[in-house]
Amino acid sequence: MSINPFDENAMEAAMRLKESGVATEVVAVTVGTTAAQDVLRHALAMGADRAILLESGDVLQPLGVAKLLKILVEREQPGLVLLGKQSIDDDTGQTGQMLAALLDYGQGTFISTLNIENGEAVVTREVEGGTETIAVALPAVLTADLRLNEPRYVKLPNLMMAKKKPIQTISAAEFGIDVSPRLALVKVADPPVRKACAMVNNVQELVEKLRSEARVLP
Amino acid sequence: MNVLILAEHENQKLKPSVAQLVSAAQCWKQTVHVLLVGNDLAAAAQSAAAITGVACVMCVEALHLQHPLAEDVANIIAGMGREYSVILAAHSAFGRNILPRAAALLDVAMVSNVVEIQAPATYVRPIYVGNVFATVRSNDPIQVVTLRASRFDMASTGNNAEIVNLAPPPASGKTRWLSEMRNQSDRPELGSASVVVSGGRSLGSAENFESVLAPLADKLHSALGATRSAVDAGFAPNDIQIGQTGTVVAPELYIAVGISGAVQHTAGMQDSKIVVAINHDPDATIFQMADYGLVADLFEAVPALTAALP
Repeated sequence: MSINPFDENAMEAAMRLKESGVATEVVAVTVGTTAAQDVLRHALAMGADRAILLESGDVLQPLGVAKLLKILVEREQPGLVLLGKQSIDDDTGQTGQMLAALLDYGQGTFISTLNIENGEAVVTREVEGGTETIAVALPAVLTADLRLNEPRYVKLPNLMMAKKKPIQTISAAEFGIDVSPRLALVKVADPPVRKACAMVNNVQELVEKLRSEARVLP
Repeated sequence: MNVLILAEHENQKLKPSVAQLVSAAQCWKQTVHVLLVGNDLAAAAQSAAAITGVACVMCVEALHLQHPLAEDVANIIAGMGREYSVILAAHSAFGRNILPRAAALLDVAMVSNVVEIQAPATYVRPIYVGNVFATVRSNDPIQVVTLRASRFDMASTGNNAEIVNLAPPPASGKTRWLSEMRNQSDRPELGSASVVVSGGRSLGSAENFESVLAPLADKLHSALGATRSAVDAGFAPNDIQIGQTGTVVAPELYIAVGISGAVQHTAGMQDSKIVVAINHDPDATIFQMADYGLVADLFEAVPALTAALP
């Protein structure tokens, strides 16, 4: 199991905060089966101080994950919670916003820059047609976009050292939260197929086809 | 029970996605309310009230809502959400930021990026960067959904719905809006443009990107787009990036110039009606996504295409 690329940006941002003396400790957290330990090892190899696996074999959806993380955040009391902006399997992009809501924290989503200034996270967000900059009071929940940084390359010695760092396992069931799925998967299918591409020989032919066949040119 | 649509607006203008959301909402056969949050909403409210199928436009106006923040808008939705069975927004940066927060406050699931409503509560949405289409059913009492608006027809206008003002709640105070940087362009907005000309890394430089693609975009009155690799190479600004990260487009005509067709890019344009690909590599993946393909040197083909247009 490998780390989600947006989560890798979030981890990198956390490490930079620690290296610049803004953060004192970086704790990597994930929810899942024991196989998810691989993801935590990667985070430890990037430099996380310790890691926590919320162990659960259940089918988890964003609201359930947010509810579990909320309890963990209340226990750990971090100054900042960083997540990737979305998963790359289910592509939902909800967990960070839901966690912020449950914690009653401010949120900064899809961020491409991050600075901590006077108890606030000043972040640039990528929005349609440009960017916007907001200041979110700490503690806050932020979700990382790819442009936030270039995650460091994990070298073999770091991976070896990461094996010595602790991973604490907590059974998610201990939290006594109902995380049963709210959405039922009815079916999965291939995306609609486009008919085969008509290759044209030159620009004149292309213009002619776009006019008379596709009717997208006057 | 009713449908609530969170409407998006900018500079007092209603976004085209609102009319698309209203037409999508008709499948529930319920009363449709439109919620506008901001400051100085009169013009946008008039536009929303004119959309056929809207029963009521609700405005929440305050100076502190000039740039609506997720914390404030989600609180407003959560405060009124129990009176609705469906809450819709566009799957834009605005909707994706706010609706998950509102859903969590209401303790219901959310369905993201829906491209088709099969039945009330049954939705089709792309997963794995659009490589798989999943059909999901929500069992929650309030359906909270973001829609890929471009997949739905625009509702017509000519209506004159009631407009009411609701009292604004105080600012959450958790987040402050500082500034924005908007691309100053006379071209149509990328997300709703009917023609998009888009370039990849093969353009080679920012100067080429402009000198080759801009004249074609001018003639077609189109928006300009770019792949992530072209943006990362500095050929084009961030805000015109099309793809998984960036804007999702669905124009009538999409012209892909020097684009190889990586899945992260095609996820952002696969709903386009007619796709034209111009690439020197006959094996480029983009041709599998295209309706018309031309294997040619883009530096010759694109100026020739521009010259051939009226």
